[in-house]
Amino acid sequence: MGAKTSRAAQGAKNTDGGIGRMDNIVLHVDDVFKSFGGLHALSDIDLQVAEGKTHAIIGPNGAGKSTLLNVCVGRLKPDSGAVVFNGSILSGRPPHEINQLGVARVFQTPEIFPDLSVLDNVVIPALAKRDGAFAIDAWKAMYSEGELKDKAATALEDVGLQEHMGQEGGSLSRGDKRRLELAMGLVQDPLLLLLDEPTAGMSRLDTNRTIELLQKFKARGMTKVIIEHDMHVVFSLADKVTVLAQGRIIAEGTPDEVRGNPAVQEAYLGGVHE
Amino acid sequence: MDRSSARNDLLLMVVFTAAVLTMPIWLTPIGAGYPDLLQKFAIFGIFAIGFNILFGLTGYLSFGHAVFLGVGSYTTVWAFKLLSMNILPAVVLSMLLAGVFALAIGYVSLRRTGIYFSILTLAFAQMAYNLAYSVLTPITNGETGLRVLRDDPRVLDHMFGIEVGESLPTPELFGLRTIGYEGFYICAVFLIIAFFVAMKITRSPFGLALRAIKSNQIRMNYTGFNTRPYTLAAFVISGMYAGLAGALMAVTDPLAGAERMQWTASGEVVLMTILGGAGTLIGPILGAGIIKYAENIFSAFNEQSLHHTFSFLPEPLQNAAVSISTMFVGEGWHLTLGIIFMLIVIFLPGGVMEGFRRITRWARKPPAPRRAQKIQTAG
Repeated sequence: MGAKTSRAAQGAKNTDGGIGRMDNIVLHVDDVFKSFGGLHALSDIDLQVAEGKTHAIIGPNGAGKSTLLNVCVGRLKPDSGAVVFNGSILSGRPPHEINQLGVARVFQTPEIFPDLSVLDNVVIPALAKRDGAFAIDAWKAMYSEGELKDKAATALEDVGLQEHMGQEGGSLSRGDKRRLELAMGLVQDPLLLLLDEPTAGMSRLDTNRTIELLQKFKARGMTKVIIEHDMHVVFSLADKVTVLAQGRIIAEGTPDEVRGNPAVQEAYLGGVHE
Repeated sequence: MDRSSARNDLLLMVVFTAAVLTMPIWLTPIGAGYPDLLQKFAIFGIFAIGFNILFGLTGYLSFGHAVFLGVGSYTTVWAFKLLSMNILPAVVLSMLLAGVFALAIGYVSLRRTGIYFSILTLAFAQMAYNLAYSVLTPITNGETGLRVLRDDPRVLDHMFGIEVGESLPTPELFGLRTIGYEGFYICAVFLIIAFFVAMKITRSPFGLALRAIKSNQIRMNYTGFNTRPYTLAAFVISGMYAGLAGALMAVTDPLAGAERMQWTASGEVVLMTILGGAGTLIGPILGAGIIKYAENIFSAFNEQSLHHTFSFLPEPLQNAAVSISTMFVGEGWHLTLGIIFMLIVIFLPGGVMEGFRRITRWARKPPAPRRAQKIQTAG
């Protein structure tokens, strides 16, 4: 109940001019433009993600959501503008550096290590977090890395995959692969977790389980940016919603505000739910 | 769990060491127990173990690893000529120089993956091969090959007052000769060390990172790993293994020629690794052994011995059998190798090691697959 009222208060602050002063902004998307050929994929994007909050980015297909995410993780370089995370500019950095700064990404189509065991799939990101981007420790044996494995096992328990630890990653079902990817992101305790449609292609049951899981991690104070199609997911998770259409931000606010916004209904809600 | 894995590794190491050291005994019944062939088993075993670190673990298929074999051989002969007939400085220098070459070639080639990487390494290998025959003749002695001569400087040997007699000096390890069984045991010790290092690498976090790169390199980057230095490290390590193998070739027979760098030599180690089982520890060594053994058996046949083999058949049949099988033996043994290789790749893509795994699995629970089949046919 307490959490709910504080979130409402937060929303109120947002309406009268952006983010409350108490909030620490971790991710700053500053005036980003990006075009492919003649197509303006992103124009004039300004976005601020506050620490510990879940920020959803929604919009119809082709609105520029994935482009925006790719700009954030350094896969695409913006034509102008910058993405600043905790004081360091992300745009133009290689992916591993961005990860080492504390930004983890969960992909839309599950990107795992299909030939490795489920446990090793999660040990790898934990290793990256502990040892950095490059380390040759060829004399230590993996089987003496008990602490690392415990950490990975805990992350797998969190997502409910503890019974599949010995299995090969590639043999998991699609839904389980997505959960595995989530565990790979969570095990790093990232400062910022970027989720690209975390429930796409999932059954209703799996979707609800994922929502529950993400809500659980909200309590740990992890900042999240979610790109999502599913309004159900957005409304049950997000503190703040940004609506994109044709590469521009057309609305921003709490889920309730966005839901009531006529421009959003015109561009998105009306368009998709025919 | 941790302790049992450590114990398994120790057991593997003990069994491996015992098996290698007793090779002259248990390989004699199949006619492979003589020193020359045993040396080859050990040397190509080292070559294949190293190649597997790059290909089997990291997933990069190099078609140019014979370059490092050549670099190792030339360096060793030069070390014999300039420094000492003792093999230790020669082996150390060979590995270092092969590592430097691998660093340079790997730095360029690893900018690409997949087939483009393979082509780049092949191009480098052909370049090195042709250079050895042309511009670099002062270093490689061209087609004649590089040899040890009586009046070479051998600075270290002179310093320690070791003088050559009337005959050509031979390589040695503190008085131990490098030919015959002594030569084999020297190679065997290097093989055991090489296997131990490869096992350590495979079991380490570094090895896990290499396997993850093979599985999904893009994901590795987004997971926070800078994959380039990992692949380069794997390339250099495997290059140094090849350098060691090349050095031992020159140690057991102090002559280095450019044909060692030909692309067929690079291709051979690929065959060995795949035949035995890429990515496994033992597989590449088995592959190397099988290929060298088969080469030895099949290439020894000639028309006369074939007639002898088929002498139980009537004359016309005998002639037919000989003329058919003659294509597969002697000079034509590569045809046999090609067929074996095709069969393995098609029916047993995991190599001989997968064959073993299938057999043990089948032996453990034979009824399960048969029942499944019955249901299928009934349905």
